[in-house]
Amino acid sequence: MVAEMSTGTEFPQPESFSFDEESLKAIDTIVKRYPPGKQASAVIPLLYVVQRQMKRQTGSAWVPNKGMDAVAERLGMAPIRVYEVATFYFMFNMRPIGKFHLQVCGTTPCWLRGSDEVARACREAGKVGGYGQTSEDGLFTMTEVECLGGCVNAPILQVDDDYYEDMDYESTVKLIEALRRGERPAPGSVIGRQTSAPEGGPLTLLDVPGE
Amino acid sequence: MAKVTVDGIEVEVPNGVSVLQACEAAGKEIPRFCYHERLSVAGNCRMCLVEVEKAPKPIASCAYPVADGMKVFTDSPMVRNGRRGVMEFLLINHPLDCPICDQGGECDLQDQAMAFGSDASRYREEKRAVKDKYLGPLVKTIMNRCIQCTRCVRFATEVAGVPELGATNRGENMEIGTYVEKALTTELSGNLIDICPVGALTSRPYAFVSRPWELRKTDSVDVLDATGTNVRVDARAGEVLRILPRTNDDVNEEWMADRGRFAFDGLKRRRLDRPWVRKNGKLHPASWTEAFTAIAAGFAGRKLGAVVGDLVDAEAAVALRDLMAGLGSTHLECRMDGAAIDASRRDFYTFNTGIAGIEEADALLIIGSNPRLEAPVINARIRKRVATSGCPVGFIGPRGLNLTYAHDWLGEGGTTLKALVGGDHRFNEVLRAAKRPMLILGRGALARADGAAVLAAAWQVAAQNGMLQADWHGFNLLHQFGGQVAPLDLGFTTGIPADVQGLWLLGAEPPAMVPEGAFVVYQGHHGEAGAARADVILPGAAYTEKDATWVNTEGRVQRGRLAVYPPGEAREDWKVLRAASEVLGVRLPYDSLDAVRARLAEVNPVFAGPGFAAHGCTDTAGPVGDAAGVSDAAFASNILNYWQADVVSRASATMAECARTYLPQAAE
Repeated sequence: MVAEMSTGTEFPQPESFSFDEESLKAIDTIVKRYPPGKQASAVIPLLYVVQRQMKRQTGSAWVPNKGMDAVAERLGMAPIRVYEVATFYFMFNMRPIGKFHLQVCGTTPCWLRGSDEVARACREAGKVGGYGQTSEDGLFTMTEVECLGGCVNAPILQVDDDYYEDMDYESTVKLIEALRRGERPAPGSVIGRQTSAPEGGPLTLLDVPGE
Repeated sequence: MAKVTVDGIEVEVPNGVSVLQACEAAGKEIPRFCYHERLSVAGNCRMCLVEVEKAPKPIASCAYPVADGMKVFTDSPMVRNGRRGVMEFLLINHPLDCPICDQGGECDLQDQAMAFGSDASRYREEKRAVKDKYLGPLVKTIMNRCIQCTRCVRFATEVAGVPELGATNRGENMEIGTYVEKALTTELSGNLIDICPVGALTSRPYAFVSRPWELRKTDSVDVLDATGTNVRVDARAGEVLRILPRTNDDVNEEWMADRGRFAFDGLKRRRLDRPWVRKNGKLHPASWTEAFTAIAAGFAGRKLGAVVGDLVDAEAAVALRDLMAGLGSTHLECRMDGAAIDASRRDFYTFNTGIAGIEEADALLIIGSNPRLEAPVINARIRKRVATSGCPVGFIGPRGLNLTYAHDWLGEGGTTLKALVGGDHRFNEVLRAAKRPMLILGRGALARADGAAVLAAAWQVAAQNGMLQADWHGFNLLHQFGGQVAPLDLGFTTGIPADVQGLWLLGAEPPAMVPEGAFVVYQGHHGEAGAARADVILPGAAYTEKDATWVNTEGRVQRGRLAVYPPGEAREDWKVLRAASEVLGVRLPYDSLDAVRARLAEVNPVFAGPGFAAHGCTDTAGPVGDAAGVSDAAFASNILNYWQADVVSRASATMAECARTYLPQAAE
């Protein structure tokens, strides 16, 4: 089995990359957080800056090789050190993705609560072949991710940076359709749960002592 | 000091050393893959597990510091189980292709699997497959075999100073490579092959050539640069198949430069393998007797001179010197690059600090040399010093060179050197503040019209900035080839007069001013311009084909040994000269190698000893030359094409491939 890992060569890479004004502003703030001589610590936030800039400019949030080179140059690191970090973390997309990144949590709590149905809804409504694939219209890319830390409201579907919680097949289909229409439903629980309180409202601490 | 008990043996080791080192001090062998004593500790292979009393689990001894009173067990049931388990995991994804693997027979994984592995695999699933990577024309990769010890990554980053290798992706998908495909830009890439504990990185030219047990191993010395790298020449059936470095901490540690390692295929091509004599303007094959008779006739009654080249051993040089003396000539020369070297004192032309001495220096000035191309192993030593101590490096030469360490570019040439002699350059402050300052003067900087002035100026910088102390000699001349120092020791500096009528070229290019009609004898192993101009060609032996003495840039006298016999009728050079002397009527008085070596020691006593020992400088009187005469011209290294800098590498197909890869514009 040859692992399906990107080496950055199976698809066209942009010929150049330079930070735009918004990115440069963000970089200045980020790099200042680290003491002089330790700028390399900013590599992960800067890779996010690259990914967001690509999203702004091309609609696809990914990190091209030239973007990593730009980070390396900005932080005075060897490019390979940036490649190592970027390829290690799952959150950096090393190849172009669709306009919306559907990240289905498949870890045990979400799976027990029906993440398989959420994934099926993504495949059917989003017309995506499966994990790691992009729909033909270029709108949706599906990824299976590990625990998103929202187990109380499982299952979770993360779209780009937003969490949609308490999902099931129908709510996932509705969400995908809304995204397709260009709407962006409010993130959070889709069954009206207040943060991570019990379903249907609080069960304890109902009376306020002294009142 | 900490007292540690290893398997009941009590040893005392310095605080802070690892348990692994303590075990070695006690004579216990600890298996390891990722640990390498000259690289940083990674601790990721887990093969070096040992048991420590009161520790609940086995510990990785390479990354665990010793403590006083520690009791270590290296062969307990826990250790054996642990190592067997680690080995089983390592072998899960390792292919069982030892029969076709070039590392077979000298593979750490193979050896340690025999010692610590179990007899059968319990793994029934599919093995992972990894695409092979391209790392250049010298290193071949079979990445399925990689056990991800990251030695190569650490070597490239720490020793070679080219952070181009890395481990990308994660877990099961982790791969070693450059990510963006490129040939590694280092002159030390062959060492990756040596440090790889498995067959993932192997030698491309040596692929499927031989098994280690078929090879005859001869300890020798590399002469293709002036480092004097200690090597082992592996040969089979009269053919050199590979050259590997030997460990010598005073010279090359355990590294070797790529040209010395891979250029040997040039020894099989374009060789002179029989005598030739020019008759009616054309060279004709001849017998030795005919050749010698032709020389006797050609030299009769003429004004003679002799020139030795850059790859000539001391025995041949002394024999040539004696032959010329017998023929009444004292016109001897070895500085064919025109370097204005003053050979009146040995410390004017050697690397006095010593290569190991670089590790004591706390300020370094490089003048007109690119050590990365002229002596990659010495450059790695400088890099090591800079990386561990932050030793400041000032550099006079081309701007923007990547020397693999940070350097302060002071200027391009003579102007800057003169400013340093003046003493009010900003780098003078750095040098004066240092306790052990040193400078490295490139031989290339002397090979110009004002060479003598450059030499004198460099010496003045050394003298004025505290480099010449009673126990520290910080003046260093960096030569470029392994045969450049010995002839200086033997007095090949008297020069060739312009009206010379007969010339003996021993592995040397003809000087520009050979007069028309002069009778030229060329003796050597590769015929380039020298052979084309020659009236008589005598085939000689290359450095792997003779027992010979070489002097490196430090002045260290080292012995190379015969690994294979010279091809055809070629013979060891001193024997050729001895035979010629008979016909020329000035019989040389030695018939054995020992006698030649006795004669060497008689001419210059350094040949009787090691040649180099750490020394200071008490006589600060400088070489001849007027420092004020330095011109403003920029210094340029005379080695631009590292891969094809000498006759052997110019005949090498491997080196030609490297030149095509790394210097596409320079390749013909």
